Amino acid sequence: MTDKYDAIVVGAGHNGLVCSALLAKAGMNVLVLEANAQVGGAAVTREFTEGYSTSACAHLLYQLQPEVRKELKLSPQLATEDMSTIALAESGQHLRITADSVEGVSDEDAEQYRRFRKRMTRFADLLRTYLNKRPPRLGTKNFKDMLTLAQLGFDIRRLGKEEMQEFLRLIGMNMHDEVTERFESPLLKGAISLDSVLGTHLGPRSPNTIMTYLYRQAGDHGRVAVPQGGMGSVSEELAHAARGAGATIRTSMPVKRIVIDNGRVTGVETEGGEVFSSYTVISNADPKRTVMELVGAKHVETGFGRRIHHLRARGNAAKLHLALDGLPTIEGLNKKDFGERIVIAGDEHYVERAFNPAKYGECSSEPVVEMTFPSFRDESLAPTGKHVMSAVVQYAPYNLKAGWDDAAREAFKQTVIKTIAKYAPDIEQRISASELLTPADIEREFHITGGHWHHAELTLDQFLFVRPVNGAAQYALPVDGLFLCGAGAHPGGGVSGAAGRNAARTILRREKAA
Amino acid sequence: MKQGPVHQGRLKSPFFSRLEKLDFVNEWHEWKGYSSADQLYCSDTEYFAIRNATAVFDLTPMTKYRITGPDALDYLNRLVTRDMAKVRPGRVAYAVWCDDNGQVIDDGTIFHLREGEYRLCSQERHSAWLQAAAIGFDVTITHETEDVAALAVQGPTSYSVLSKLNLDGLGELKPFGLMHCDFQGTELMVSRTGFTGDLGYELWIDPDKAEALWDALFEAGELHGIRAIGTTALDMARIEAGYLAAYEEFLPADETVRTGVSRSPLELGLDWLVDFKKPNFNGRRALAEEKRKGSVWRLVKLDIEGNKEAHHSYIFSNAKASGSNIGFVTSAVWSPVCKQNIALGTVKTPHGKPGDTVWVEIYYQREMHWNRKMAKATVVDKPFWFPPRRGATPPGPY
Repeated sequence: MTDKYDAIVVGAGHNGLVCSALLAKAGMNVLVLEANAQVGGAAVTREFTEGYSTSACAHLLYQLQPEVRKELKLSPQLATEDMSTIALAESGQHLRITADSVEGVSDEDAEQYRRFRKRMTRFADLLRTYLNKRPPRLGTKNFKDMLTLAQLGFDIRRLGKEEMQEFLRLIGMNMHDEVTERFESPLLKGAISLDSVLGTHLGPRSPNTIMTYLYRQAGDHGRVAVPQGGMGSVSEELAHAARGAGATIRTSMPVKRIVIDNGRVTGVETEGGEVFSSYTVISNADPKRTVMELVGAKHVETGFGRRIHHLRARGNAAKLHLALDGLPTIEGLNKKDFGERIVIAGDEHYVERAFNPAKYGECSSEPVVEMTFPSFRDESLAPTGKHVMSAVVQYAPYNLKAGWDDAAREAFKQTVIKTIAKYAPDIEQRISASELLTPADIEREFHITGGHWHHAELTLDQFLFVRPVNGAAQYALPVDGLFLCGAGAHPGGGVSGAAGRNAARTILRREKAA
Repeated sequence: MKQGPVHQGRLKSPFFSRLEKLDFVNEWHEWKGYSSADQLYCSDTEYFAIRNATAVFDLTPMTKYRITGPDALDYLNRLVTRDMAKVRPGRVAYAVWCDDNGQVIDDGTIFHLREGEYRLCSQERHSAWLQAAAIGFDVTITHETEDVAALAVQGPTSYSVLSKLNLDGLGELKPFGLMHCDFQGTELMVSRTGFTGDLGYELWIDPDKAEALWDALFEAGELHGIRAIGTTALDMARIEAGYLAAYEEFLPADETVRTGVSRSPLELGLDWLVDFKKPNFNGRRALAEEKRKGSVWRLVKLDIEGNKEAHHSYIFSNAKASGSNIGFVTSAVWSPVCKQNIALGTVKTPHGKPGDTVWVEIYYQREMHWNRKMAKATVVDKPFWFPPRRGATPPGPY
C-alpha cells in the first residue's frame, strides 16, 4: 500500500522546509522525508562532544529573506545580531569592521571603505531583488521571462550611467584587484578577500569573486547574526511552521530513489523500501545527487546529464568545533569581542596563498579562519563557564590528492589549531574536545555531493539563468513533476530560504495554471 | 571508453593491397583517416555490378563501436529513438540518434552481436557523444574501427557467391539478421545488411584474415561477375534505395553552428524509427513537441522529368519559380536501373506530401554555356529501387 501526497519534498534542509511550509500553507498535502534524524540539513545544531553543542555546518545567519520570515511568520531568536568582524593581527592591532565602517585603519582607508560599502550595498540590493525571483530563461518568448529580463536591464540602467558601468565592470571581476586598487591596510584587504571566497572553491584572484561577495552581502545588507540555540533553532522553527501548515515531516527516512514512470515522477522510494506516491516531487538534495543518483541518468537526456555531471561542486571549506574550558586569550581583544565574528586573513595574499595548494588537491598550510564563540552569548551550548568555538576553515579541498582519512583530517585539524594559536597562544590548553568536518565528512553527514555549501560552485557560469545548469534554471527539472528547491538552484546557498520559496512559488503557479 | 592509438598520415585498410591491384584510375578520397576509392576503373560499370552481379565495397573505415556491459541495453535505448529491447541477439537495427533538441546527430546500424553485446556503426565518429551518453551507465564503449575489417558484398548474385564459401546458415539468414560462422579457423560475422537497397551482405572479420577473405571471395565470385567498387557507384545505389547520408541529407547536429540547419528524424522521414512509447530517449521531449506543433522540414523523394541531374537545385512550388523556394535537392542521380531522374531533397512543410507536384530548377552546362530548366517533379513515397529479392529468404540463385 502506498500513501498519496500532493507533493513530496526530499530532504528537510532549510530550503526543503521553507518550500514544504509554503506548499502546505497553500493547501497542498505535503510529505517531507529527511535522511537524518534531525531536520535542517546543513542548518542544524548538534552535540559534538558531551555537553557541548554548536551549529554543525552553517553557523552564521545573514541571508534569511524577509519575504520568507514574513510569509511563514518567523521570528528567529538571535543570540547576537549585527555582528562586527574583527580581523586579527599578530601584532594585536586588530581591525574592527562593520557594515559601513572600519576602525584601526588610516582615515583614507576608512573613507574608501565607506564608499566601497555604499557601492556594494547598492549593487547587493539590486541583486537581492533577483534572489527572490524565478530567474528568466533566455531566448524564449515567455512573457514573464521577458519582463524579468527587461526589469533586470532596467534596474541596472537605473543605477545611473557611472554606476551601471561600475556594476558591469565589477560583476565578473576578482576581489583582489578591487581591494588592492582601493585600500592600503593589508588586514582590511584580507578580511574583504575572505568574505568574497567563503564557502567556495575560489581565491580572491579568481574571477567573479566580487559577485560572490555581493551574493553574501545581498542577503541582509551584510548584517550577520547568530541564532539562539545554534542554526538548528531556525530549522526547528521552519519545521514547526511547516507542520503547523499541515505538512508531514518524517526523519530518518533516507530516500533511495525518485520513482519515474513513463517519463514522469510518481513518487519516491525510501531505503527501507517504503513507497510514497505523488505526481510532484521536490528535491532539496543537490542537483548531482538528485539527477544522477535519485533519478538516474537513464531518465534524463544525454546533454542534460552531461551538464549536471560537469557541474562544479567541490567543497573547500572545513568546519572546526572546539570544546573549550574557557575563552582563550587573544592579545588586544576585549572579552566582549568574543561575541563578534573573528577572522584570520592576514592580507589579501594570505588568502590567495591559502588557496594555492587547494588547486592541486592539498590543504592550506596556513588556512583562512572565520571563528565564532557562540556560547559567549548563548549558555545553552556549553556547560557554565565553558565555551564552544565554531569556525569555518579554508582551504580543505574535497578532492584531497592523498584522500581524506583519519590521519589527514587530524593533520589538518592540528594545522588549523596551530594557526589559531598564533593569535591565541593558550588555545591548545583550553581544548577539551574537538571535531573537524572536512568536505568529505560534510558530504557524508549532510548528503551534499562534494560537501559544497552552495551545492554547486557560485560562479557566473552557474548563476542566475544557468543555475545549476541550462535546462533546469527554473526549478523544474526535465522530468515531469520533478523540481529542485535547494542551494543548487537559483540563487544559491546560505540560510536564506530563497530557493525553497522560489521553488514553492513556481510549483504553485503551475498548479494554478493546470 | 577504450580508445586505440592515434595515427598520423593516411591509413590503409587491410584490403588495400587487393584494391590497389584492381585500381586503374587512382581516384581516392579520405574517409575518417582511411584512403577510400571513389572508383577503381569506371563508376558506371561498378554501379552495374551492384545491380546485376556482385559488388564488393571496403567498409573498414566505417566507424564501429563495441558496446558492452550490464547497462548496454538501457544505454542504447536512451541513445537512439527506436526501442532496442525489440532487437534480439542476432539482429541488426537501423537507428538514428539525436541531441537533446531532437536533432539528428547521425544514423547507423546497431548489431546485437550476442546477448548484451552490441556494435554500433556509422559514417561519422562519435566518441565524445557516446562517452557523454555513458555517464551514469555501467557500459564499456570500445572504438573498434581498426580492429574489424569489413566488406559489403552486394547484388543479385551475392548469395550465390557467398554460398560457395560454405557458410553455415547463410540461406536462412533474413534481412537485418546476423550470424557467426567459421572462415579458415577464424570467426566471420555475416550480416544481411547493406547500403544498396538490394540483396546483399556485410562481412566482418579480424584484419589479419582480411586478405584471405578477399581472395576466397573473388575466387568464388569469378563466374558471378564479382567486382570491387568505389564510393561513387555506392552513392548512386543508396539514392535509388532512398537512404540518407550524413552531410548530404542532414548535418550532424553536434557539428552545426547556425540554428535551424540541422534536422529532426521526423523531418527526415524517420517517424517510424521514433518510438514515443519509450519513456525516455535523447530528444524525446523536443520531438514530442515537434510532433504536436508540426515539423518545419520534410524529406522528399523526387521523380523528376527529363534526364538532367538536379544537383543542388532549388525546389519551387510552381513552374514560374515565383515566390521563394520551398527547399532544395540534397542528392541527385540519373538512375540507370529505374530509368528515372531521381533526387532526395528537403522542403518546407506543408509542401512535399507524397503525390505533390513540385518544380526543380536545374542548371546545366553545354559547351561552357549555362542552361536553366524548370523540371516538373513528383514526390514519391516508396524507394525508387526495392526488388523482391532483397527480402526473399532463402535468396534465389543467380
